[in-house]
Amino acid sequence: MVTESLILSAILFSIGVLGVVIRRNAIILFMCIELMLNAVNLAFVAFSRAVGIEGQVFVFFVMTVAAAEAAVGLAIIISIFRHTETVDIKNFNLLRW
Amino acid sequence: MTFEPILPWAIVLLPLLGFAVNGATAFLAPERKEIPTLVGPGVLALAFVLAVLNFVRMLGADLHDPVILPYWSWMPVGALQIDVALQFDQLSMLMALIVTGVGSLIHVFSIGYMREDPGYARYFAYLNLFVFFMLVLVLAANFPLMFVGWEGVGLCSYLLIGFWFKDREKADAGKKAFIVNRIGDFGFLVAMFLIFANLGTLDFVSVFRAAPAAFTYGGTVVTAITLFLFLGATGKSAQIPLYVWLPDAMAGPTPVSALIHAATMVTAGVYLVARAGVLFALAPLSSTVVAGVGAATALLAATIAVAQYDIKKVLAYSTVSQLGYMFIGVGLGAYAAGIFHLMTHAFFKALLFLGSGAVIHAMHEAFHHTHSDWDPQDMRNMGGLRHYMKITWITMWIATLAIAGVWPFAGFFSKDEIIWQAAARAVGPYAGWVQAIWVVAMAAAMLTAFYMTRLMVMTFHGENRLGAEERKHLHEVPRVMTVPLLVLAVLSVVGGWVNVPHAVGDLPLLGWIPHSEWLHEWLHPVTAAADRVIEEHLGAFRDAAPLGGGASFWAVASFLLAVAIILLTARAYRGVTIRPAVESAPPTGLRGVLYNKWYVDEIYDAAVVRPIIAASRGLWRWVDQGLIDGLLVNGAARLFGRLGLVGARLQSGQINAYAFAIAVGVLILLGFVVL
Repeated sequence: MVTESLILSAILFSIGVLGVVIRRNAIILFMCIELMLNAVNLAFVAFSRAVGIEGQVFVFFVMTVAAAEAAVGLAIIISIFRHTETVDIKNFNLLRW
Repeated sequence: MTFEPILPWAIVLLPLLGFAVNGATAFLAPERKEIPTLVGPGVLALAFVLAVLNFVRMLGADLHDPVILPYWSWMPVGALQIDVALQFDQLSMLMALIVTGVGSLIHVFSIGYMREDPGYARYFAYLNLFVFFMLVLVLAANFPLMFVGWEGVGLCSYLLIGFWFKDREKADAGKKAFIVNRIGDFGFLVAMFLIFANLGTLDFVSVFRAAPAAFTYGGTVVTAITLFLFLGATGKSAQIPLYVWLPDAMAGPTPVSALIHAATMVTAGVYLVARAGVLFALAPLSSTVVAGVGAATALLAATIAVAQYDIKKVLAYSTVSQLGYMFIGVGLGAYAAGIFHLMTHAFFKALLFLGSGAVIHAMHEAFHHTHSDWDPQDMRNMGGLRHYMKITWITMWIATLAIAGVWPFAGFFSKDEIIWQAAARAVGPYAGWVQAIWVVAMAAAMLTAFYMTRLMVMTFHGENRLGAEERKHLHEVPRVMTVPLLVLAVLSVVGGWVNVPHAVGDLPLLGWIPHSEWLHEWLHPVTAAADRVIEEHLGAFRDAAPLGGGASFWAVASFLLAVAIILLTARAYRGVTIRPAVESAPPTGLRGVLYNKWYVDEIYDAAVVRPIIAASRGLWRWVDQGLIDGLLVNGAARLFGRLGLVGARLQSGQINAYAFAIAVGVLILLGFVVL
């Protein structure tokens, strides 16, 4: 049961990474990050069955941080969108050398 | 009775005090001319009085070993212990007397000569500073302190040659003197290192005491030391190959030429050889080189002097030539004879230079009134000046007779002694060379009589070649300038009487100046060690010249020869019409070669100066700018700039790329952890 859960977690995480690497839409990117966070949550839950309750405590922490991150992140995206009329991250390259 | 010096430090410090006061005046109130007028010659006169007091005390005392007065420890470095110490013995006392005595007279003369100059206070400041360093040089008790004086007089020489530094040519002459002297100074330094490496001390007394036991006679080390010392002497005392700076040094004010470039500083090399007499006596090869270079210089400079038109240039080459005689003397081991000629030369050459200064002063004023641009130093523009400047005329004739070697003037005794020593000391392994030196010295003596008579005839006799308007303004120089001339004239007559040899003093007619070898006896404590070495290895001297004839015969012969040449020259010039410089064509043929000083300056320029400049430019362009600046400094910066650009390309600003990099990095780390 733990093994299957971890495999699922790894698959979800990989999909998230892949999304961050290849997609250009900031919203999609954001969702991929959420996907990765939740893949980690799944792994924590799976481990808590085998090890103990502490893994589930961590999940709550991660969810809290993810909620805060979503609020800040979406605000940034909206702010950028107002500025440039697009959410394509190809255009957000002010921090290059 | 032992000798106790009175205020010995004051002799040295008084001129330094004068420098401080005059220097401050030059900065704060250059128009206050009465301060330098009082202080400049004043401190010198006081120093001279002190020197005379000490001299009298030394006369009364029975002084065998030098009196060393250490003041403070200067360089205590392990085995190297150098004190700031003065040495009082017969030789340094005599030199101090000459420096302060002749120096005082020249300072007084300068009051008149430099009166109108805006740099009056600065002039006296430099002159006082020079005397200070010169006294350090002659009174020092060890080589390093002597070197301080040696360098100091070089600096003052540079400052005073380029005194009118707004004139490019004069500033260049100062630089030339300084740079040529540096070459000699290198020799002095190397000699000091060698002495320290071999003897472990640099104090005169210890070095000369240890030398005869430490060095083998004619050994390589002592020969090298003395040759390097002599290289230093050739620079300071203007001998071949480093004499070229002295004629150019005439760019300075004429009293400076009299003091520094005739009477005192240029004799420092002779003093050095005499001081280190023990070392030179131990190195017969070096001694012969010294005498040979002296003889060659005496002849070469004399040949150049016969064709010069600038009155100071004639005297400059004459000085080079006479310094050659002094080196013949000290090179042969006749140290007292060399110092004797140094002393008499200081009198009559200072007189000649001051006389020429008076002439130039008068000529300059005459041309100044009519705004003429004729050269006041060119003898072709002079002539007949005896009607206008009687005192200058008579005193300069006295000096001329002295330098030409006419009995009973000072130069006769000193020059004749040197020439006779060359005849008598033709013994030992280098006898042949010494005989050649004797011949050359005789020839140069004849040339001396010729060029000096030529100078006098062109300047003071014949028709006056100035315009009628200029002639009205010709007059004798003021008393402040003629009095030093008169004093020096008296010294030029009697200066030689302190050392009349038997060969002359016992003759029927010439004998009324009694025989007295006072100077020899006076210097004996200083030269005794060297004399012992020479006597031990060379044995007795000859009593006849290479061509036969004894000392008396050659003394009379050289006297008669000098008189004959003076009369013949004066007679020959009676029929010659001299045209003013602007109307004369440049000399041609042999006279042209001599006028252009055998083209030695040009040869040095092509052989030394230009290659050095070319090599320096190469070093600058290729090594410094190309290799060091271009490749190493800027090259390193450019290399890291390029590398940085490569790294900067990673900073694309694309989040995907960063994410990809992070993912790859994590995978690699995981790979390490798992595997």
